[in-house]
Order: sequence, then C-alpha cells, then structure tokens
Amino acid sequence: MLTPNPNSFFDAMTASPKTRSQTRIVGTPQIRKEGIDKVLGRAKYVDDLERDGMWHGATVRSTIPRGKILDIHFDPGIDWTEFVIVTAADIPGKNHIQMIAADQPCLAAEAVNHCDEAIVLLAHPDKRCLPAAVAAVRIDYEPLPAVLSIEESETQHEIIWGPHTAEGNIFKQFHLEKGNVDDVWATAAHIVTGEYHTGAQEHLYIENNGMIAEYSDEEGLTVWGSLQCPFYVHKSLVAVFDLPAEKVRVIQAETGGAFGGKEDYPSILAAHAGLLARKARRPIKMVYDRMEDLAATTKRHPSRTRHRTAVDKEGKLLAMEIELATDGGAYSTLSSTVLSRATLHATGPYVCPNIRIRSRTWATNTVPYGAFRGFGAPQSIFAIERHMEQIARAVGIDSVELRRRNFLHDGDTTATEQVMREPVILDTLLERALKESGYTSKQERFARENPHSTIKRGMGLAAFYHGSGFTGSGERYLNSLAGIDVTPQGKVRVLVSSTEFGQGTNTILTQIAAESLGITYDDIEMAPCDTHHIPNSGPTVASRTSMVVGHLIEKSGHQLISQLQESYGLSEPYTRDEFFAACDRYREQAGKVESLCRYEAPPNIFWDDQKYRGEAYPAFAWAVYVAEVAVDTTTYSAEVTNFYAVQEVGRVLNPTLAAGQIEGGVAQAVGYALYEKVLLKNGHMFNNQMTNYIMPTAADVPPIAVFFEEIPFDYGAYGAKGIGELPHDGPAPAILNAIQDAIGESFCSIPLLPEDIFLRMSIHSLHEEPAPV
Amino acid sequence: MSASQAQIQLTVNGQQASVDVPPMKRLLDVLREDLGLTGAKEGCGEGECGSCSVRMNGELVNSCLVPILQAANARIETVEGLAIDAELHPLQKAFLECGGAQCGICTPGMLMAATHLLAHNPHPSIEEIREGLAGNLCRCTGFIKIFDSVIAAAAMGGNPTHAR
Repeated sequence: MLTPNPNSFFDAMTASPKTRSQTRIVGTPQIRKEGIDKVLGRAKYVDDLERDGMWHGATVRSTIPRGKILDIHFDPGIDWTEFVIVTAADIPGKNHIQMIAADQPCLAAEAVNHCDEAIVLLAHPDKRCLPAAVAAVRIDYEPLPAVLSIEESETQHEIIWGPHTAEGNIFKQFHLEKGNVDDVWATAAHIVTGEYHTGAQEHLYIENNGMIAEYSDEEGLTVWGSLQCPFYVHKSLVAVFDLPAEKVRVIQAETGGAFGGKEDYPSILAAHAGLLARKARRPIKMVYDRMEDLAATTKRHPSRTRHRTAVDKEGKLLAMEIELATDGGAYSTLSSTVLSRATLHATGPYVCPNIRIRSRTWATNTVPYGAFRGFGAPQSIFAIERHMEQIARAVGIDSVELRRRNFLHDGDTTATEQVMREPVILDTLLERALKESGYTSKQERFARENPHSTIKRGMGLAAFYHGSGFTGSGERYLNSLAGIDVTPQGKVRVLVSSTEFGQGTNTILTQIAAESLGITYDDIEMAPCDTHHIPNSGPTVASRTSMVVGHLIEKSGHQLISQLQESYGLSEPYTRDEFFAACDRYREQAGKVESLCRYEAPPNIFWDDQKYRGEAYPAFAWAVYVAEVAVDTTTYSAEVTNFYAVQEVGRVLNPTLAAGQIEGGVAQAVGYALYEKVLLKNGHMFNNQMTNYIMPTAADVPPIAVFFEEIPFDYGAYGAKGIGELPHDGPAPAILNAIQDAIGESFCSIPLLPEDIFLRMSIHSLHEEPAPV
Repeated sequence: MSASQAQIQLTVNGQQASVDVPPMKRLLDVLREDLGLTGAKEGCGEGECGSCSVRMNGELVNSCLVPILQAANARIETVEGLAIDAELHPLQKAFLECGGAQCGICTPGMLMAATHLLAHNPHPSIEEIREGLAGNLCRCTGFIKIFDSVIAAAAMGGNPTHAR
C-alpha cells in the first residue's frame, strides 16, 4: 500500500478511532473492486462491445417543440433498401415508456411535444452512412403554440398536458401546512421576501448514453447498456414489446458516469435499439454522440422558489411561506418525485412552528427534465440558504448566528411533523466548518483588504440536510430484495441490481459482505448485473445503496453465518477454510448456498401519502459547507479559491471513496453555480457541445477539504446513511453567499456568469456616479 | 486497395501495425475498430474532453482529431501499453490507491495525459499538474484524487521510461 502523501493539502478525513476499530474491512480504504480493469483500459463500456453481425442505429428527431405529425418523407436520394426503418407502427406492445405515469411515447406517432423527440429509427451496417440518412428524413408538421417556461405554463393559456381545468399543465402539486401561518405576519418584527431561480444542468457524464440490443423469437430481447436501473429498463421493455418478463433480459455494461442521467433515459434507448433489432433480426448498437446526448436526454429541473418569512427581533423563524415551481418538460417522467424531495428540503435544516409550502411542477414543451444528483434538493436548498442570508441582513445579525439560532435539534419536528429521533449535530458541524476554514478571521481580513484591491474576497456558508433513501413510503413500495450466494468454486457473490457507475457500489457492498461473513475482501465478487440472475434490490438512486441495500447485504451475511452455525457445523470462531467447508455441506444438502433479505422499514417510520405527513426519510445526512471566493472586478469572474465540506453521513464505509463522492459532488455543484448554462432556443438546447457547455476543469476546481463526523445509524449498513447526493446540495448557495460577502451584491439566480456580475455592478456604479454637469 | 482507402503503417505500443482504411478515418476509430484497442474513449468528438488522449511521437494528442493519414509511420502510445509485463505503471498503481478512477471512462485518457506530464516534468507542482491535466475532463472525482494520484506516482518514480 502507498502511504498517504503527507504534502497533500486536499483532504483531511477523520473517523473516530472507536468506530474504525470495531470492523476489519468496513471503514478502511479498500481498493476499488473493478479499479484494476479501469486503470488497464480493459473495462468494457457499451461502445467497446461488439456482437456478431451487428448493425448501428440512429434516431430522427423532431425539430419543432409542439405540433401534429402530418407526414414522413424519405428522400429518394438515399437507397433506403439498405436500411431498416422503424416508426411507432412497428411497436408490438404499448407505445409508452412508463416511469410514474404512462404519458411519454416510445416513438412519437401523431404529435410531438418537444424538440428532439424521437420519431423514426434507422439502422445500417455502416454507422458512417447514418448521419446523411437521418438528415434525409423530413417530417411535415402542423405546428401548435409551444409553452416554453414555467411562467407561460402557469398562465394556462395553452394546456399541453392534463385536463382543461385549473389542474391543466400541472404534473403534480403538494400543499404542506404546519401550525398556523396566517396569524403570524401582523406581529412579526421582520417580514423578508425573496425569489430564487436555478437553471437546468446537464449531467455531462463523460460516457454518452448507449445500448446494444439483440432479439429472437426464442430468446426474446436482450440489451446491454450504460444504465443505473436495470429493472426500470426491464419494466419498460416488457410493456413496449408485450413480452413475458422472462423473455426480457437487461445487462449493465461498465457505465461511465450517470449522476441520475441514466435513471430513466436508458429505458427509451433500450426500447429503440430493441425495436430496430427486432425488425432487422440482428444485433443493433445505438451510441449517442455528445451533441445528441446533450440535446435529447434529461437535465436537472429549472426552478423558481418564492420565500416569505416572518422572524422575531432576535431572528427566530416564526413563519415560512414557500412557493416552489419546477419546469418538468413535456412528459411527467420523474417530476413528481423530484418535486416531492424539493418540497421536503425547502425549509432547510431549521425549526419553524408555522410553515406553508405550495409546490407545483409544470409541463412545458422542452425535453423532459429528470433525475440529477440531489433530485430537487439542490434547487430548494439554494433558495432557503440564500434567503437565510437576506433574513440575517434584515434582522441585522450575522448569518452564521442566525442559522445557529434556528437549527433543528434532537426532538424538534420538521415541516411534516417528523420528530428528529436520531442525533442532530448541526452545531458541531458548524463549529468545525468555521474552525477548519478559518471563517471569521478570513472574513475580517478580506473586509480590511477588499477596499484596496480589484480582487474582492469573501466567505460564505450553507447548512443543509439530505434525506437518505426513497421519499416517504417509497422504500416500502420498492420492497427490495438483495443478498449473497456462494459458488462451488469458492467465491462469495453479491446479488443486487444496484449498479456501479463510479460511486463505489461494487466496493462498499463487497466490504460489507466480507465484514459480515468474516472472510476477506478478495473472497467476494459482484454477480454480473443481469436481470436473469439477480434479485431486484431497487434502482441505484436516492443515496440509498449504502444505507438500504448495504444493510440488506449485511443482514444476508449474518443470516448465512447463523444458518451455517445452526445446521452445518460452523463453530465460533471460524477460519476462512471452515467457512467454505460449511458452505459445501450446505450446498450438498440444499443444492445451492444463497442468503437473501427483503427490506423492512425501521420501526417508527410512517408516512401518510394522503396527508403528506410523517417520517419523510428514515435518516438524514447533515452538512455545513464553506466557500471562499475571489471576484475579479476587472474581468467580473468569480472563482472559488477554497472549499470546506463538513458532514455527518453516518458511518463512513470507505474513506477514499467517501471523500471522492464529496469532492466530485462539490466540483459538479461549483459548475452548477458558476459555469453551466443550458441555452434553449424554441425548447432545443443549442449549446449542445462540450465546447460551449462549460464544466469545471482541473484548472478550475478549488482545493476541497473534506471532513466527516461519524454517528452510526442503526438501520444502515454498519451505520451508514446516504452520501452520494449530499455534496451537490450546498455549494451553490455557499458560493453566492460568499460573493455577496465579497462585493455586497445579492444574486438570486444560478448559474451566475461573469456577464451577470458585470451587468449588476455596472448598473450600480452608473447609479453611484455623479450626474453630468 | 480502393482509391478511397490508404495503407497506413504505424507503431502502436511498440508493435508494428498496418491498416487499410479511409485516409480521413480518425486515429481513435482506427485504434478502437481496426486494432481492437478500446482503451481510448470518445467523449465529445471535438477535442474538448480528452478521453481519447494518446501519445503520438511523444506528443499528447486527442485521437478524435487526428486523421489516420497524419499518423502514418507515427509512434503511438495508448493506455494498453502502460503496464509492462503485468507490472502496473506507477500512475496506474497510484490511481488505484488514491481513488483517481471512479467511473473510469476518463481514466485511460487521464493516465496518458499524466504520463505525458511526468515524462516532461518528473516532479510537477500542483499548479503544473492542474495545467497539465486541464485538457482532460473528469465528471466524477472533482479532480482532487487525480491530483493526489499524480503526486503519489511522481513520488514512486513517476515515469519508468523517464527514470531509466
């Protein structure tokens, strides 16, 4: 093993010695399970796979945001006999890709509802012949008026989704009420209002979406692809192809990043590749290029949040009225659950007796917005954490102190009346963040230096939680099954549908299995992610893998050991050889060695879907993040110069992977705040290239210091809670709070680009100049 | 050989190779399709992401921007040539130990860029590492563990060819 580089200033991780010493493998920096294949360049992503006789597929897409399809023309300049052509008429089953509702077609038939919607599919043996063929298909439309923003959708002048009533254009709405909001305003010391906007964000996984499909009447349909949720794809294919479940097989290839972007879209692409394969009677590969992936696949929901808050003269929150709106795009997909999570994170980690939240997600004629790390929380946390900054200024106290006075503590209740039964250590996290970042002394120094420099520096902070696992009753509905088996060759395999796409699923689940069975990390391997051979442990989303699925693996391990000890002569303590010998005796008698466990909700976790009340999440991860920024008043660029991330995520299963999750999430959120702008024209993304959709590079990311406090959670694997999404929640408001500290300007929209800063500062300096004589 | 094809000789990871392909075919596609070396990846197709990075005659190039004609008689190094006789290159070891690879799709290109950096600068400063890797995008790590990996590899003796 390498010794850690003593000069590395990037991270200083901590874990209490007590929790470390209780386990042998969990909590240690085990090497990434599939890492060796990745560094040797031999890991096989979907575009690296070939099948005999394989052709390539491509997609003809809509060029208008809304209209009726009148006709499809095939230019006679192309020899179409060389191609296989698929339209909606070729779909054997249902023409929809169902996530929550069945409103999104697999292929547009009579109408299109957004630009870049798939209409015709083409396949050809030579992929280089496809672009010209796609361009030679012309769709005639009768255009209809398009709705292209939340504000246009809200007018309901055009109803593009749902009934022609007051419910029109609304995919979903929530109304949450706690206490009595209306009685407070008259007596409040301060009433603070604000409106906050967040833009769309592209996942920009470096591997574009891709899929290979193979079809035969005997075997049915098999797909290999870049994906997060094999059983979501499976469910969609069963419906589109009208096949029995056992005739559809979904296999995950190595997946080159996802971040939520491969939660729902792969279901569409798998269906497309499958339709071509079924008609062509040969394997079909469809791999998007970057421009197509950017234009046609999901993004983070744009949002608008309005806050009206009553506080007393000490800054205690008396009432919060929050109106939240998101742009859902053309079909409902996951927008209702994204909205739910946004709603449940909208009050921030604060206690307030009177709360009203009205939230709605609106239909527009744009590509459906989808899952993206944080899943609605980054949007509403941006709003509340910027708003707290404005409240502090209205009250006339420091914003750190304002947060401290309003933090949730053990025993407090949230907006949904969830009682905080697990320890809440926001005060500890805050103190640590202030100390590690040198917050106060830097803030004072910057205030002294700024007037004498064109570079203005500032400090900003955000406090937040992220609910681990599915929202509300979600985990009960998922009813996940996961476990382990032991092969005759003496390998223990982890059986899950939980996928690896960089975040470390393979590694942490292997660590958990090895720990619970009392054998080594190298004794464990991951069963291939193939729906024919794995149980459904649910989708790989919602920061649920370490807490929920990991816990099932831990229980499966303990269950197997108990069985081996009760019935197959395993004594305590036992050696590795004794373990495998006992497994052999088990196999002789039972035919196979398998131990599976099904999800059980922790006790006292109840959620009322009708009243939208109760335990929204079994556990929360908590964090306080500090951004240090420099704003150049010559170029108007804002740069994050240092970042400090302090969090409590339960037990840290693998310190290297955990820090990697935090650093990666922070960097992605720096992009969300300062760089990444999706530009739409008529609902089509027109900066759909890496050249002009800009993410942070190695030269742009700040040093990121990561700190963990560990409070084990009894119902997560070895005490783990969720971690993956948390780091995307806090950086954007922390950065804009720091910019306000640096230059005194309050910005309420992201992304915040240099031209936005230029415009604001120019207008203000114009107003400050003396009138001409 | 048809008029639209060209016979191109090149050396890839020390091995002679000959391909009969359209002269404007991208080096990336020749490596992946004609030579079966799928380590280099296509992320953007326009030289922004660096996932297709390889070394050509000792220079770091985006192989998606190099027509094969330009690579005639060139010496190409790809990720597949980094490990020698099953012995991992120090950078590969360091990426494993330090968490420099997450999803792994940028890793082959990142390793080639880092190899190139260490070949010219065996002990780069953090600013030189940032500069040297700025043409290679990673969406998973936030780059921090990649920087740590390069520092660790440099401490191990960096580039073995350089060290010899």
